[in-house]
Amino acid sequence: MSEPIEFTYRDALRLALRDAMTADSSIIVIGEEVGLYGGAYGVTKGLIDDFGPERLIDTPISEAGLVGAAVGAAMTGLRPVAELMYVDFIGLAMDQIANQAAKIRYMFGGQIGVPMLLRTQGGTGRSGAAQHSQSLEAWIMHTPGLRLAMPATVTDAYVLLRHALTLPDPTVFIEHKALYTQKGILDREQPADWGQAKVLRAGSDLTIVTYSRMVHFALEAAGSLADDGIDAEVIDLRTLNPLDRETIVASVAKTGRALVVTEDTLTAGVSAEIAAILQEEAFDWLEEPVIRLAGEDIPIPVAPELEAGSIPSPARIISTARKLMRR
Amino acid sequence: MNDAPRNSRSTEYYRQLLRVRTFEERVGELFVRGGTAGSMLHLSIGEEAAAVGVTAHMGDGDSFTTHHRGHGIFLARGADPNRMMAEIAGAESGYCAGKGGSMHIADRELGHLGANAIVGGGIPAVIGAGLSARHFKSNAVSVAFFGDGAAQQGVLYESMNMAALWSLPCLFVCINNQYGMGTKIDRSAARTEFEDRATAFGLRGARADGGDVEKVAEVAGELIEAARAGAAGFLVVDCYRFHGHARMDKSPYRDDAEETEGRKTDPLALQRRRLIEDALLSESQCDEIAESVTEEMDAAVDFAIKGRQPAQDALFQDVYAPGQPAPEPVDQRIAKVLAE
Ligand SMILES: Cc1ncc(C[n+]2csc(CCOP(=O)(O)OP(=O)(O)O)c2C)c(N)n1
Ligand SMILES: [Mg+2]
Repeated sequence: MSEPIEFTYRDALRLALRDAMTADSSIIVIGEEVGLYGGAYGVTKGLIDDFGPERLIDTPISEAGLVGAAVGAAMTGLRPVAELMYVDFIGLAMDQIANQAAKIRYMFGGQIGVPMLLRTQGGTGRSGAAQHSQSLEAWIMHTPGLRLAMPATVTDAYVLLRHALTLPDPTVFIEHKALYTQKGILDREQPADWGQAKVLRAGSDLTIVTYSRMVHFALEAAGSLADDGIDAEVIDLRTLNPLDRETIVASVAKTGRALVVTEDTLTAGVSAEIAAILQEEAFDWLEEPVIRLAGEDIPIPVAPELEAGSIPSPARIISTARKLMRR
Repeated sequence: MNDAPRNSRSTEYYRQLLRVRTFEERVGELFVRGGTAGSMLHLSIGEEAAAVGVTAHMGDGDSFTTHHRGHGIFLARGADPNRMMAEIAGAESGYCAGKGGSMHIADRELGHLGANAIVGGGIPAVIGAGLSARHFKSNAVSVAFFGDGAAQQGVLYESMNMAALWSLPCLFVCINNQYGMGTKIDRSAARTEFEDRATAFGLRGARADGGDVEKVAEVAGELIEAARAGAAGFLVVDCYRFHGHARMDKSPYRDDAEETEGRKTDPLALQRRRLIEDALLSESQCDEIAESVTEEMDAAVDFAIKGRQPAQDALFQDVYAPGQPAPEPVDQRIAKVLAE
């Protein structure tokens, strides 16, 4: 066993791509600025030196075209990784994702699969304003035929990306722009446990269900809550499709209280789906209504204070948890 | 087929045009009898030369996508009319097990990457197929078939640019039947010389008379050969949509005189005349071909009618690959929730 090494989330993603591309010569990366520039957020930096411009394909600024090309490549023997620079640009490519990639296997009676990965990043944290800060995972989660992963940790960035690059169906992988510099110990050998949520902190008083960057906010909040005598369980969903209902239901059956935390907007968002599941499957154990602490139903403003105010914070997770505990 | 001597090649074109025409006529009749799944049936009568002339140059390993009016293209490329008709009927024995229908036929074996009900939606897939051909160092070409209406969609231009930029083995075929639903091309495009748009992108642009299958085949052959060598192309095939946009459309937006004139651009009639005038076939030999095609397509209708509807348990199959987590049926979820 070699020494555990500290990695950033970004470097773990790059390593996952490098390892996967080394193992599987049918993997190509196609997107804007993925080659020479190294990716808008540096995830693909240097890969062009290892794999060449034929496998790191810099495209014109043509989101529908490049995602559509990935669909066609996936149908004809390649395993493309299409990079969408910001999830906010997904509207331009949505037909290719939702009407083409997601439906091809089904429409064509199971004959042809689309083993492509769409890598992108979302969320606030860099004052990107209304068109560069959104959390649009609900759009993907709403569409049958797509898988969806949103890693929160360095090891998950690696293992989920590696696993996603073995799946037979179109998969969307949404990174968080505020996590790229997050550091952690990378355990490359950890099983991917794709489709399984993880209890990152065990607790007995309430369950905080979350994913992506909010996992870190929730863990921070849980630490403070513990000082206050409130024992919060924190669950990282990791993949939103498949969604691990068993783990969250089992946790709420134990704690009797659920707080769903998302950066994604409140109305018809991911938190609405989780709350509905808990209402259906944990009804008998709920001591209180399921509480949703989600992104506000507004466009994201640029001013840093306003940006921060548009999404949950550790302080608000703490105050909301206290209210839920009637404290 | 394009390497064959003139006699057999011209005869084969005639036979293929006739197969497409007859197939489409049978689809129309099946609809009237209530035998089709749905009414979204777009017939390619009048446009057969584009299908036959281009696919004549395609073979193993090549791929293509089509628009919603794509029966003829796939048939000319070698589809089994039985399985096509069955798919149009929504039967289990169809190409897509009754899940796709007229607008979503595909076939892995013949490189059919799918017909599309999103105007322009299937076009960029040929870029990916072109990248695959390059990656695997094959000689394959990938052809996108679409209409004049789709020629106004943005994704086409993204794709044309990439094909030219990366020198991909791709061909864009715009079947210009003059209409997108009820909108004539001069009401949707200020300039209708679409091949000029192609040359502006650095593609080989060409235009062919869709009333003459031999002309289409000749131009398409040159373009496909160039595309295989990395010079992507764009072909406009001028024709006329003989009937309404879909089966229910009676075309009130155009007058009878125009339709009568438009239907004179008939690749099937021309090819038959040509065969006879050039003494390649006799009247009776042409009729014999027609009889065998009629038999073939009647059999396709019988096959489709006898086809079983897919079983209900197919509903949740193939959303994801076999063995992967599948969607939970609503009733199952309800039962589980209320049982607790
Ligand atoms: C994106 C999209 N917009 C609109 C439609 C509705 N629609 C279906 S066919 C059609 C006309 C298409 O015209 P063209 O591309 O010329 O093909 P044609 O029907 O003439 O073969 C329209 C507007 C659609 N299916 N998809
Ligand atoms: Mg048209």
